[in-house]
This record gives sequence, structure tokens and C-alpha cells, in this order.
Amino acid sequence: MKYAFSFLAVIALILIAWLGSQIPGMQYFFGVAIPYLAVMVFLGGFIYQVVQWAKSPVPFSIQTTCGQAKSLDFVKHNRLESPHTTPEVVARMALEILTFRSLFRNTKSEIYAGPKITYESSKWLWLFALIFHYSFLVIVIRHMRLFLNPVPEVIAWLDWADSMFEIGTPALYMTDAGLLIGLLFLFSRRLTNRQVRYISLANDYFPLLLLIAIGVTGVLMRMFLRDGIDIAAIKQLGVGLVTFSPVITADIGSIFYIHLFLVCVLLVYFPFSKLMHLGGVFLSPTRNMKNDSRQVRHINPWNPEIKVHAYSAYEDEFREFMVDAGIPVEKEPEPTEEAPAEAPA
Amino acid sequence: MYNKGLIVSGLVIFVLLVTFPIWFNGLDAGPLPKPELPPGGEKECVAPAAEMRDSHMQLLNEWRDDVLRNSDRVTVTVGGKEYQKGLQIACMQCHSNKEKFCDTCHEYAAVSPTCWDCHITPTELAKKEAQ
Repeated sequence: MKYAFSFLAVIALILIAWLGSQIPGMQYFFGVAIPYLAVMVFLGGFIYQVVQWAKSPVPFSIQTTCGQAKSLDFVKHNRLESPHTTPEVVARMALEILTFRSLFRNTKSEIYAGPKITYESSKWLWLFALIFHYSFLVIVIRHMRLFLNPVPEVIAWLDWADSMFEIGTPALYMTDAGLLIGLLFLFSRRLTNRQVRYISLANDYFPLLLLIAIGVTGVLMRMFLRDGIDIAAIKQLGVGLVTFSPVITADIGSIFYIHLFLVCVLLVYFPFSKLMHLGGVFLSPTRNMKNDSRQVRHINPWNPEIKVHAYSAYEDEFREFMVDAGIPVEKEPEPTEEAPAEAPA
Repeated sequence: MYNKGLIVSGLVIFVLLVTFPIWFNGLDAGPLPKPELPPGGEKECVAPAAEMRDSHMQLLNEWRDDVLRNSDRVTVTVGGKEYQKGLQIACMQCHSNKEKFCDTCHEYAAVSPTCWDCHITPTELAKKEAQ
């Protein structure tokens, strides 16, 4: 049900762009207005989310430690799993962000007759997640050739390296295949793994299907549905968008508007969904805090400010009443104060 | 806000990266490619101009496969004119200047076709012969 809903949503988006872009005059809506709107929502939403997270109180020092904390000299300190200094935290974060170390620990649990439960290492999630994310990164960088004029040498080189196997015309990009293979694994994992399927929601399936649709429309546009895919006209629009002088000079094929619209939907959806792990991974307190709570006190930001009323101050305030009531006091009232009070009596 | 300096600088870097094309181009769209029309004044091609713009690379590869891999050298007749299948024996008979025709768009879109791994352009050939 949940994946069917996501699937229908993606189909509906494709239909909107396909039919919409064929209405005369709507090319500027789909090619110019929507992309500008999407980028603004993306940037604004991204900043809003990060600021909200940064403002959230962190009441405790809650790093996850998976190794020996720094202790006595003869106890071996695990620097990566229980970082104690900032460079150690940076190293841990870099490995997490660049190599997805926490996915590397993924395990698979199974119940056998007995009942007996077994856990074993399962690296597939890590492997395909890595393939997908790096392919996506290269694809985004490669697309800069449609926005930069002149194209920097490094992007032209990346384009060449990515299509070096020269499969088909124009050549298939390795990263296009990597992106789709990675996404298909991540999607089928949600369908076939019972535990993961149980906890999967529509907002888990939707981004996967949206990205698959973006990848498929991209490959179709490049290799198969080339009608109206005049790359010079498309680049003129791309460069026009980033120089704030967009023009659509040719009759660009619908598949281009579908691809572009889906990317815009992704940009708009991004800041308000799980995809924000792009920013969130940097802000996860369980990874970016130092395990030094034995040396440095972590102050809970919502601790109320407590006004201390020490016993000495209490006695100062109520000493006379205490003496009158016969309660013993630590410091006797000063006789000089009492003397003038007694004299008239 | 925790780690204000770090987070604000991180966000600034992020925004600069996303808007990189704006800074790189500096609000200047740059020159558009202007491929030279055939110097001989020919008006007809094997397919309409729009179709050639979209999918000339696929046509060229089909021709290459026909001629070099399947030894199918049957000529193509369009609009009463007979064309041989080939880059230099057909296309470049009219579009005779690679640098002023092919390269203009290819450079604009950062495309590096493999045609010239085997073929040699008339300009380069003339240079070699002169040597």
C-alpha cells in the first residue's frame, strides 16, 4: 500500500510535467518559474532546518561509544570509537560521512526453529548505499557542464572518465548505472526484508521512487528519447537560469521537462524529509560530541537557574525568631545589638 | 545555539556551493555556439536540421557500424541526392570545416566525441601534407 501510494505520486508528477509542458506558454513555467522556486525553497528550507537543529538543546553528553574511553595510561584508548579530542571527533565524523561506517556494522537477524536467533554481518546495505551516494555526487557535479560557460577542464574530464566504456550512443555514464543499481537495491531491500518492510513508510518509498524516476528519465533523455533534446538549447536555458536571463529558444522535448520537474520536486521535498540527512549527519550529537564528560562538565541548557539559600544565610534571616523559639543557632546573636533592645525594658 | 561559528560557516559554504554557477559565470551567459553553415551553400541534409541537432551522433554511429562492422556500404538517398555513409565522404562534403562547425557546439556543451580518434580533419591533413 505504502509503496503503491508513493508510486502513484511519482506517476502523477510525471503526468503533470508531461501534459503541462505541452500547453503553449507553459514551457517557461516548467523551465524557469518552477526551478527558481524549487531552489529558493531548497536553500531556505535547508537553512531553516539546520538552524532549528542547532538551536535544539542537548541536555546530556550523549555520544555513542563503541570502544574504550580514554582512561588510565595502561588502558588502551580507542580513539575512533570513543573520541576524546576534537581531531579524533573530526576523524570519526569524516569516516562516517565519507565511508558510511555505521552502515558497515549492519547486521541481519534470523530466527530458526528452537527458537534460536542468529545475527550475522550484512554488508550489502553499506555497499549499495556507497555506490548510490557517490554516483549521485558525481552526477550532480557532472551536470555543472550545463550551467557553467566555459566548462572547467575538471568537469569535462569527469564527463569523459564517467563515460569511458563508450557503451551506446551517447555513451552510458557509469554513475547513471551505479545510481540506478544502488536505488533498485535500496528499494527492493525495503520490500523483501521483513523487518525493514514492517517499519517502512510512504516517506521512505517516495524519495527512492522519485530518485529512480529522475535517473530513468535522465538515461531515457540521453540515450533513447532524443526527440527535441538539443543540448545547446538546453544548456542555453541552464546557463540562462544561473545568470538570471533565462530563455527557451527551441522546442525542447517533454522528457526534459519531466526530468527537470522531478528534480525540482526533489529539491522542494528535500529540506522537509529524511533526505535532510545531508545536513543532519553533521549535526548528530551521538557522533559529533567528545567523550570527555569526566573532564569537562556538560551543562544542561534547560537547567533552571536555582537561587541557592545556604544554611548560614537562612540563619541570618531567621536568627532572632530561632533564638526566641529556643532553637539552637550556630552563631549566637551579637550582644551589642541586643543590649540597646534590653536597656529600655 | 551550539557551535554557532561552525554551523554558520558550514551553512555559508553550503549556500556558496549550491549557488556556485552564479559566481562562476558572473551573470554573463557567455557566447553562444554559432556553427558555420555549409560554405558551399547546400540547404539539404540527410535529415531535417532539428533532427540532426538531436540525434546526429546516433546516425553517425549507425553508419559506422554498418560500414565498418557489417560491411554494408549501401548508399542513402534523401531528396533525390545520394549520400555515402561516412563522416568525411558525406557530412564533411558540405560541413567542410570541423573547427567552425562540429567544435562550436561540442565545446559549448563539453562533449568530446570519439570521431577524431580515427578520422583526421581536412585542416589537420593539410598541415601534415605541408610538412
